[in-house]
Amino acid sequence: MAKEPTFETPKLKEYPVIPLIQEGAMQHIKPFVAKAEFQERLGFPGELVEGWKDVALNRMGELLSQYRSVQVFLDACVKCGACTDKCHYYLGTADPKNMPVARQDLLRNVYRRYFTLAGKYFPKLVGAVDLTEEVLEDWYRYYHQCSECRRCSVYCPYGIDTAEITMAGREILDSVGIGQKYSNEIIGKVYKIGNNLGLPEPALADTLEGLEEEVKADTGVDVRFPLDQEGAEILLVTPSADFFAEPHVDGLIGYAKVFHQAGISWTLSSYASEAANFALFIGNYENMEKVARRIRDAALKLGVKRIVTGECGHAWRVAYSFWNTLIGPFDFLDANYPQPQHICEFTHSLMKQGVLKFNKAANDHRIVTFHDSCNIARASRMGDKPGGQFVIPREIIKACCNHFYDMAPETIHEHTFCCGGGGGLLTDDLIELRVKGALPRMEALKHVVDEHGVTHLVAICAICKSQFAKVMPYYGFDRDMVISVHQLVGDALDMATTH
Amino acid sequence: MAIEVNGKTLETDEEGYIANLSDWSPEVAEMMATEDDCELTENHWEVINFLRNYYQEYQIAPAVRVLTKAIGKKLGADKGNSKYLYELFPYGPAKQACKYAGLPKPTGCV
Repeated sequence: MAKEPTFETPKLKEYPVIPLIQEGAMQHIKPFVAKAEFQERLGFPGELVEGWKDVALNRMGELLSQYRSVQVFLDACVKCGACTDKCHYYLGTADPKNMPVARQDLLRNVYRRYFTLAGKYFPKLVGAVDLTEEVLEDWYRYYHQCSECRRCSVYCPYGIDTAEITMAGREILDSVGIGQKYSNEIIGKVYKIGNNLGLPEPALADTLEGLEEEVKADTGVDVRFPLDQEGAEILLVTPSADFFAEPHVDGLIGYAKVFHQAGISWTLSSYASEAANFALFIGNYENMEKVARRIRDAALKLGVKRIVTGECGHAWRVAYSFWNTLIGPFDFLDANYPQPQHICEFTHSLMKQGVLKFNKAANDHRIVTFHDSCNIARASRMGDKPGGQFVIPREIIKACCNHFYDMAPETIHEHTFCCGGGGGLLTDDLIELRVKGALPRMEALKHVVDEHGVTHLVAICAICKSQFAKVMPYYGFDRDMVISVHQLVGDALDMATTH
Repeated sequence: MAIEVNGKTLETDEEGYIANLSDWSPEVAEMMATEDDCELTENHWEVINFLRNYYQEYQIAPAVRVLTKAIGKKLGADKGNSKYLYELFPYGPAKQACKYAGLPKPTGCV
């Protein structure tokens, strides 16, 4: 490791500046390729297959017919340029291939060559290109410099979803045997052990026991962290980082305190000890279903009535937008609650009912701002009103914290910038990309730090939390500035009064 | 990839984590630390040894709170926090310390 590659951290400017393009600025960046054993575990070839070109075009053809959206997105672009300066990776790296339109064109140009009449006969006229080894390498490079955050899609007049193009690109790469080590190794661990970390049941039990002791020592209250408890009302699925890492674990403590105060029985599952579903990132529905099914199976086995998901961005997208199709129906659960439910919805409704009492002064040493996670902001909702995914977390924060300031409007809500580590890019081999991609968020943060003395950046996604904790020191911010929504909740909850 | 320790070639992954846990010896940690311009003190060894023992029992590195609690008990409450661990292992206690201890790299959203 540990000497990290040297590169220049972008300077934080007072106003965002669209950089002049630098051809090939990120040509040297590509993540490690997955080993054969991890590829095969997911049903992909172990290494680059013979006749890979035909296999790739075949798979592209299948995707075009299976998912009409992919073909529409490849056909619809008119090169208006609205997306070009919307991507955090372009803003942070200046590599023109990180402009969303250029990234899509890597696939689009090949699609034109083999799947459109004009491209078959007059390739040069329509910018169609042959699928060559160089193109394949560019796919691998630049489809792993997109975090599938979909900010560009918000600005696209045709609503082209760049993330779906990236997912299709990664799926084709996997189909010829070139997968990304980070994501594919992790999906394999879920199959083998039950979570991204590879945390086996005894270690999980030991960790949870330690947390019970810790909360008891801090508060004097017996807050439980139940595991595999049959007959509990609620199954909580949460990113395994919540068990393992800081600042995540304080969010987990916050959930447990909420359950305790509400007097509702809950449990974690050692079989489905992961909310994350990295198969979304690689655009592979078979694996996405397989990962998700563990949660349904665990819910049935434990006989729970509700499923609540913890603070994880893409997990909430998968749960909210894909679960019903992948692993539904949820007719075995209590019909009085949305299925699935986000922990913020859960806490928010208890708050509104007056079940939770907060001592806001407990957070008076913090001046906070909130980072909307891309998958929650642009691919899901919370509550029963449009925009609930923006309102609910903020209402929770304001209920337990006296000092809250939003960042600039063009950087929050549906316009939020990715943390720079989403979509399967939260890996050390992409550290340069992660640091540079964080630039727009860091600039917006700097602004509220200077203006309002903000001390903490609150997040509701395990990836955002880890990414910020890692890259913020590059920009002169302390890694301790990042905290969970439910850490604020846990710290402010009045544990003396019980339900 | 591979590293050479005491004349023996040890296989590693792309980031220098040793591939076979049984290849580990204290010299492996010493050599990795030297490469990072880091000098291993007794306190570093407290962490490394705890990681190895925990891994032997649970087949995973300890969660950060398990680690800070254990180190706090051994070295004093003022050292039972991740700030102290970052002082010892500036590249991140979970990863750098695991690497020196011969453990695989923690994966996931960490």
